[in-house]
Amino acid sequence: MDLKNVTRRMRAKLVEMSHQAKAPHLGSSLSCVDILAAAYWRVLNLDPKDPDNPDRDRFILSKGHAAPALYVALAFRGFFDEAMLNQYTEQGSPLTEHPCLRCVPGVEATTGSLGHGLGMGLGMAVAGRVQKRDFRVYVCLSDGECNEGSVWEAAMLAPAQGLDRLAVVVDFNQWQATGRSREIMSLDPLAEKWSSFGWSAKEVNGHDVDELTEALERVPDGSGKPVAVIAHTVKGKGISFMEDDNNWHYRIPTQDEVRRAKEELLP
Amino acid sequence: MRNAFASEILGLAEKNDRLFLLSGDIGNRLFNPYKERFPDRFINCGVAEANMMSVAAGMALAGMRPVVYTIAPFATTRCLEQIKIDVCYQELPVVIVGVGAGLSYASLGPTHHTLEDLAILRTLPHMTIVCPGDSWEVRASLRAALSWEGPVYLRLGKKGEPEVHADIPHKFAIGKGFPLRKGQGDVCLLSAGNTLPLAMEVGDILERKGASPTVVSFHTVKPLDDSLLENAFASHSLVVTLEEHSRIGGLGGAVAEWLADQSDTKARLLRLGIEDLFCPWAGNQEILRSRLGLTAETMAESILSQFSRGKH
Repeated sequence: MDLKNVTRRMRAKLVEMSHQAKAPHLGSSLSCVDILAAAYWRVLNLDPKDPDNPDRDRFILSKGHAAPALYVALAFRGFFDEAMLNQYTEQGSPLTEHPCLRCVPGVEATTGSLGHGLGMGLGMAVAGRVQKRDFRVYVCLSDGECNEGSVWEAAMLAPAQGLDRLAVVVDFNQWQATGRSREIMSLDPLAEKWSSFGWSAKEVNGHDVDELTEALERVPDGSGKPVAVIAHTVKGKGISFMEDDNNWHYRIPTQDEVRRAKEELLP
Repeated sequence: MRNAFASEILGLAEKNDRLFLLSGDIGNRLFNPYKERFPDRFINCGVAEANMMSVAAGMALAGMRPVVYTIAPFATTRCLEQIKIDVCYQELPVVIVGVGAGLSYASLGPTHHTLEDLAILRTLPHMTIVCPGDSWEVRASLRAALSWEGPVYLRLGKKGEPEVHADIPHKFAIGKGFPLRKGQGDVCLLSAGNTLPLAMEVGDILERKGASPTVVSFHTVKPLDDSLLENAFASHSLVVTLEEHSRIGGLGGAVAEWLADQSDTKARLLRLGIEDLFCPWAGNQEILRSRLGLTAETMAESILSQFSRGKH
C-alpha cells in the first residue's frame, strides 16, 4: 500500500487543526508524520478494534508536543472517529495539546514532559519479558528531547537489560524550541552516541516510509541490543513555506496559509 | 524497618507474580534472598532515579505491580516530576518506598535527610502516603499498599528501631489511624512514622506527670483519617502531631489545614517536628533529635506547658 496519500492527508489535517485550535507545534508534528505512518500502517502489531490487547505492540510518542500527529494517525487508522479531530483542544474534548493515557483508544502513555517516554517504554518491555509476551515497544523521541538526562539514564539501562524488543526512533529534525539542536547542546554525533551506549543504531531518511519500515520491522534485529533508529527529518516537512523554518515551532497558520498548504499537499 | 520490608516483600512476591522490585543501587545484600528466588522480577536500575520511576510506571501500564526502593530523598524529590506525571497523573499502582526517611541517616548529612517529602508529595493528586511506625507496621502497610488502587508512598526509617507492636497489626488499614493507648481526654498524640516509639515514651512521661494521654499511630498522612481527627479534637483539650519532618507541610501541616476547615473544635493543636532548617551537624539520629528537641523529655515538657496554658 502506497502511503503517500495517507501522509499528505495527515499533513493537511494537521495544518487545519493547528489553525482551528490556534495550537502550536505544527512544525514538530509535520516532521514525524512519516514515522507514524510507517509505524501504524506497516509495522505495529495492533488491532484498532482491540486497542488494549495485552500482546499488542506499544508505540509511545515521547515528544508529546506532537500530539496532533498521533491523534491524526490513530483516527485515520481507525482507533476513533475522524470527526473527533475537529474538536481538538475544544472545551471538554479528550484531545488536549499533549496526550494523556487513553484520552482516546491507542494512546499508550501520558507525555509532554520530555524525557519520560523512554523509561516508560523500557518498563513495558521488562513487563513483556516477565509476562513472556513477545510484543515490541517503540518510543519516538525528538532530538531536543535528547537534552534530558533521563533519556540517557534509560539509554544506559536498556542495553544492560538486553531489551532487544525495545526501539527508539529519534525524529532528528535538527531544531528545538529556540534554536539548532546541535548547537544548544552537543548532540552530534547522535547515532554514535546511541551505539556507544550499547544500542544497535542505524540512520534512515525519516521521510522515506519504506526505509523507516525496514528499520522498524527489524526489531529485534538479532544483535541482542535495543534498536535506535535515527530518522533524519525536516521540521515542517511537506509544506514548502514551513520546511526547516523554526518559526513554525510556535506559529499558527493563517486562513490563507492553510489554503496554500492544502493546495500543495492535495493538488 | 528495612529488614522487615525485605522479608515481607519476599513473602508477598511468592503470592503475587505481578510484583516487581526495582532498586536504585542500594539494598544489595538485603535483597539477596529475593533476587535468588525471583531473579526475573528484580532490577537494579542504577543511580538513576528519574528513569527508575518512569520504568516503574511503564511496568504498571503493562499490568505489573512495581515497588520502587531507594533512599528517601532520591525516591521522592530527586524524581518528583516522574512521580507527578508518570505515576500520579496516570493513576498507576506504583509503590514508592523511601528508606531512611527523616533523620534516619543523620550522620550522612542533609543530602541524605528527608524532612520535606511529606509536604511535597502530599500535594500530588491521587497520591497516598503511609508512614509506618515500626517494623510490624512496615509489613502491614506494604501488604495494604500492594492491594491499593493507585500510587502509594511508604516512608520508612532504617533498621533496628524499637518495636511498638508485638505482632503484625491485623486491623491496619490505609487511611485509618489506630490508638495504641487510650487516655481520659486531656491530650491526644498523633504520630506519623518512625517517631512512634518516641510518642509512646512521651505518653509514659505524661502519665507519670499526672496527665492521661491518648497515643495514636497516625500512619496515613494522606488521605487523613477524618473521623479519627473529629473525635480527637472533640474529646481532648490538646492534639499534638509528632513527626520526623519539617513542621511545614507534613502531618502537622496537614492537620492544621484540616483544622482550619472545621467550624467548631474543642482542642488546640500543637505541631512537633523539625524547625525550618538544614541539619548539617555531625552526629547520629539520636544526637540530631536531641539537638532539635525531638526527645521524649523535651516534647513532654512542651506538651505539658501548652496543656496547662490551655487549662487556665
